[in-house]
Amino acid sequence: MAFIRVHQKNVKNVEEAIKVCPFNAIEFKDDQIEITSACKMCNICTKKMPDIYEFVEGKKGKVNKDKWKGIAVYVDHVEGNIHPVTYELIGKAKKMAKKINQPVYCLFIGSNIKHKAENLLHYGVDEIFVYDKEELYDFRIEPYTAAFENFINKVKPTIILVGGTTVGRSLAPRVAARFRTGLTADCTILDVKENTDLDQIRPAFGGNIMAHIHTPNHRPQFATVRYKIFDTPEKNKTKSGKITKCKINKNKLISKIKVLEIKKKEKVRSIEEADIIVVAGNGIKKEKDLEMINQLADKLGGMVASTRPLIEAGWTDARQQIGLSGRTVKPKLIITCGVSGSIQFVAGMNNSENIFAINDNPKAQIFDVANYGVVGDLYEIIPELIKKL
Amino acid sequence: MNIIVCIKQVPGTSEVEIDETTGNLIREGIDTKMNPYDLYAIETAMKIKEKNSANINVISMGPPQANDVIKEAYMMGVDDGYLLTDKKFAGADVLATSYALSQGIKKMDNFDLIICGKMTTDGDTAQVGPEIAEFLDIPHVANVKKIIDINSTSITVEMDMPETVEIQEVELPCLITVEKDIYQPRLPSFKLKLATAKRKIKNISFNDLDDDNPENFGLDGSPTQVLDVFPPKSNRINEKWEGTGKELGERISNKLKILKFV
Repeated sequence: MAFIRVHQKNVKNVEEAIKVCPFNAIEFKDDQIEITSACKMCNICTKKMPDIYEFVEGKKGKVNKDKWKGIAVYVDHVEGNIHPVTYELIGKAKKMAKKINQPVYCLFIGSNIKHKAENLLHYGVDEIFVYDKEELYDFRIEPYTAAFENFINKVKPTIILVGGTTVGRSLAPRVAARFRTGLTADCTILDVKENTDLDQIRPAFGGNIMAHIHTPNHRPQFATVRYKIFDTPEKNKTKSGKITKCKINKNKLISKIKVLEIKKKEKVRSIEEADIIVVAGNGIKKEKDLEMINQLADKLGGMVASTRPLIEAGWTDARQQIGLSGRTVKPKLIITCGVSGSIQFVAGMNNSENIFAINDNPKAQIFDVANYGVVGDLYEIIPELIKKL
Repeated sequence: MNIIVCIKQVPGTSEVEIDETTGNLIREGIDTKMNPYDLYAIETAMKIKEKNSANINVISMGPPQANDVIKEAYMMGVDDGYLLTDKKFAGADVLATSYALSQGIKKMDNFDLIICGKMTTDGDTAQVGPEIAEFLDIPHVANVKKIIDINSTSITVEMDMPETVEIQEVELPCLITVEKDIYQPRLPSFKLKLATAKRKIKNISFNDLDDDNPENFGLDGSPTQVLDVFPPKSNRINEKWEGTGKELGERISNKLKILKFV
């Protein structure tokens, strides 16, 4: 079996040799350096101290990679409404497929979805495999897994991409386990090698590190990718590719799950859940000027938040307050308008992914945390921004 | 009724960074804790126990130090704990971890329900629950936000979907993964700490499992391999833009388009 061999005689400094492991998986016991079961096989020790730690490969797998062809995308949908992550994955699949000169497939599982499948033909997919059965109307894990399994056995794709959605994150691991193959969650970079091995890169071990992962001896290779990681491909005017209706035995579609009721969620969102937030600060002179902020948030599909002074003035609701005495937010995008950036405010938002700050004082503290500090008059900038969006 | 909760010991600090000059991983302190999402899984089991008579067992996989999280589970009211520990399990990816856990679960008492947290804070994949269910050939429901009812043959839950909430009735035995905030987890009790101080933790090693092929475990049983780790490329941007209102408005708009917010 594969393992890390320790060359004890090359150990000069025991403490250093132990410290190389960030997971405390190296111990000194009975005068020997030992790798414990906490090892995550990150191979940092073998790279940093190659004369002490050596990676010994296990038996090579027997998978015949030539038998697995094509890149498949699972069509993520609820009641036939296709989730946009699907198009992004098709775009990525097409780029990779071109490199290895293989086809792109879609797998569409559901009920009454034929006309929706037609629409996918505008995106340059070679073949769409459709499992259209009444039993597949609701997402229930066993019948969906069965259809997925049927597809893999029939088509044998080398790579399968699944959206990192609620459904995808439940379905992909189930299918990957059935085929005893690897699945890398939430990849942020994907590429393919000539031998069809998938290069998968994702944040690992808590977030501030990226790991480069591959699945060298197993097929198919599974990866999930979150929405808005890859680009959406252009929609072609003409259709291409074909739709193949797939058969599956009814007894494969039996489920131990009954869907009793589906309730639409009320759309009461708190600012903590928003991906995009526009913040109104003290630079807003009149209550009426908040309209401009609302308009900007609407254009971006985001929510409006504010700082404490505006709440105290009664212009905004306390639930909209960001800061130590308000809410902590971590949106993908935050645009602060006329916010000076007090410590108590910044503590509630400095983990946001993209921070734009508009303020006319070039020395405002908010510019210390902003990724894009925009020095100017918000009354000139925001109307122009709204016009351009 | 027998309930199994899967728990994991994770690093106390979730932030691990790479020293950009030396390439070394830096993790402050060597603290460990129970994966915070698992607290909700244990609390869910406790809530079920309060209404029905139930026996709650936890299972964890990891080095012997992972006993600590099982002791913590005892302090929350869990009845028995099992630790799957063996050097042969080292270097396991999601598949090998899930498989080993499913093998370990087969060595425990018969179960009606398995509860997992939504995900772990160190792996962050949310995959182990569904994979365990597959290896045990039982149905699973992920993203459970509420337990509506449970009886000897089925459980009724609310599943949280992006735009809807689905009420599903699932036959037992089954596995559920629960959302954060399903119930407010109780704090470990000092009284229970004293009462359970001598309670044993049962170890399960490779030799105890039905599957005696070591190639299905640890690194050998892991289809995915880490080739390399490196710091993220995007260094924190800190730009300052000046210009007229018109220029700046346009510049923000262009940037938002590049960043795909528009």
